[in-house]
Amino acid sequence: MSDNKKNSYDQHRSRRKFLKGVAAGAGLIALPGKDASASMWEEFFQKHFKELNKDELKAVINRLEAKYSGEFDKKVTVKTTLPIEGVRYGYALDLSRCIGCRRCVYACVKENNQSRDPQIHWIRVMQLDKEKGVDLSRAEHYYNPEQVPAKGHFYMPVQCQQCEKPPCTKVCPVQATWKEKDGIVVVDYNWCIGCRYCMAACPYGARHFNWGKPGLPKAEMNPVTHYLGNRPRPRGVVEKCTFCVQRTREQPGRYPACEEICPVGARKFGNLLDPESEIRYLIEHKRVFILKEELNTQPKFFYFYAT
Amino acid sequence: MKISRFFSRKFPLSALVSVLILASVTVYAAEKTFEVPRPPFSEGIFPCSQCHKYFKPNPKRRVLTEYHTEIVLHHAEGERWCTDCHNLLNRDTLRLVSGDPVDFSESYRLCGQCHGDKYRDWKVGVHGKRTGYWNGEKQYLLCVHCHNPHDPKFKSLKPLPPPVRPDAARH
Ligand code: HEC
Ligand code: HEC
Ligand code: HEC
Ligand code: HEC
Repeated sequence: MSDNKKNSYDQHRSRRKFLKGVAAGAGLIALPGKDASASMWEEFFQKHFKELNKDELKAVINRLEAKYSGEFDKKVTVKTTLPIEGVRYGYALDLSRCIGCRRCVYACVKENNQSRDPQIHWIRVMQLDKEKGVDLSRAEHYYNPEQVPAKGHFYMPVQCQQCEKPPCTKVCPVQATWKEKDGIVVVDYNWCIGCRYCMAACPYGARHFNWGKPGLPKAEMNPVTHYLGNRPRPRGVVEKCTFCVQRTREQPGRYPACEEICPVGARKFGNLLDPESEIRYLIEHKRVFILKEELNTQPKFFYFYAT
Repeated sequence: MKISRFFSRKFPLSALVSVLILASVTVYAAEKTFEVPRPPFSEGIFPCSQCHKYFKPNPKRRVLTEYHTEIVLHHAEGERWCTDCHNLLNRDTLRLVSGDPVDFSESYRLCGQCHGDKYRDWKVGVHGKRTGYWNGEKQYLLCVHCHNPHDPKFKSLKPLPPPVRPDAARH
């Protein structure tokens, strides 16, 4: 048996074993039921995404595209675009500009097919006191004044920090989540068993669980999707920001939806390996910090003060 | 006041016919220019010469009563007048302190004279905003896409709704 095959075999075995172990207690995992279709069983027995060969991958994608297209009454595409060579994505957010308008939150929901009800938001904007600085214990998530910015406050959006050393991927018992070459931490929703260990491990609250069947109106569904990104999720899996993998891995690369919508230009995105990028410029020239530096997660999401 | 109404009051219609031709032959100081979207003029206001070619330029500082009455300077207005920024003799251009004319598509050069730090950051994509592709062609939003040059403080916005509280979300 080749190493590759053996790995895949082990992964399979460990996932099944784990499934058996928790299924009794949790009851949240959806094993195909009595009336399950052939495609549901195919999905259940699908190999790990990284182990699929070209033909198998094509079959999986065809199956998913047909399924989603039927479900949402439109032509849905599921891309599997690979990381671009020589690219490591970085994101930076200017705290001296952000006004807390939440345009990013809803642009993200729309682009990434988050559940409307029950509500899932990959981006959270916190209102903080200018006098107290970045003190997360004083963060207010539910602020809602007539106008922002509110006097005496500043705003701090938080989403997945795309850690270089992600604590979330390490605890996944079935390797359903991992860091890609370009630095994006992804989840395979077909592989995720919903144990939520990753959510407990994430210090940023950036992972979200589909407690119910995602409520995604057909008309609002974004049909341009990526397997590891914004394709529709089933109930019982974890999801998170992927720097809009379905947009940013295009050639030429589009900006993430949150960066594009930002009316104040507080959000900056680019390639950390490109010395000409604005992200490199600001890391070298501005006051920059990362969230919870002491945990050594090494986020590739930076906060900075332009002034 | 609507431009059409202004015209019908001020001029016979026939005067309008030749108005939209704009000839501005200006010499620009050599400096790097940036790809920008169309300047955010109100509809129909540009070219300014459609009206101003009929008027004698009036450099006098005064309260405007005939037109542009909605423009109230709130931008270091104590020491400033329209013609510090607008070219008195060719209204279709702006002017730098040096007296050099600048196209409206390069208004960042005007702002950059007094806000050098912001201009520097803007050029490298840190202040303001670039659109397009992160690894491809980009356009720069002009300063005036975000700041009204006459009253430049960034306007506050109504926030979109807060998230539902977790106790409400998880039945
Ligand atoms: C600080 C420099 C500055 C000063 C002072 C200034 N302007 Fe402007 N003004 C600009 C710039 C730059 C624009 C271009 C905005 C754009 O590109 O849409 C502009 C645009 C305009 C427009 C077009 C507005 C529209 O609705 O599209 C008018 C009219 C105008 N100015 C008149 C005036 C008058 C009258 C005054 C004096 C009361 C004045 N300006 C003072 C910089 C200035
Ligand atoms: C519809 C006609 C009309 C258009 C178009 C127009 N203006 Fe004017 N503008 C006027 C009138 C009339 C006055 C004189 C107002 C007064 O004296 O009360 C004036 C006055 C001004 C003044 C004050 C100095 C002076 O010469 O009186 C400035 C500066 C000015 N306009 C700039 C602009 C700019 C810049 C544009 C184009 C972006 C523009 N205007 C377009 C009608 C127009
Ligand atoms: C001749 C110098 C000068 C030029 C040219 C100039 N400004 Fe200013 N600007 C000032 C000064 C002085 C202040 C501070 C006083 C004030 O806010 O009124 C200021 C303030 C500002 C502020 C902060 C306002 C606030 O209340 O927070 C902004 C934003 C701004 N300018 C943008 C611009 C833009 C955009 C342009 C180009 C259209 C421009 N400025 C051109 C001198 C200038
Ligand atoms: C994408 C929108 C955007 C563009 C484009 C933009 N700005 Fe700003 N600018 C802002 C915001 C937002 C603030 C912060 C306002 C606040 O905190 O109330 C700001 C603040 C400022 C300030 C004042 C206060 C400070 O923080 O020091 C100046 C001056 C200024 N900008 C000048 C410029 C100039 C000059 C340009 C063009 C070279 C420009 N801006 C382009 C959005 C923009």
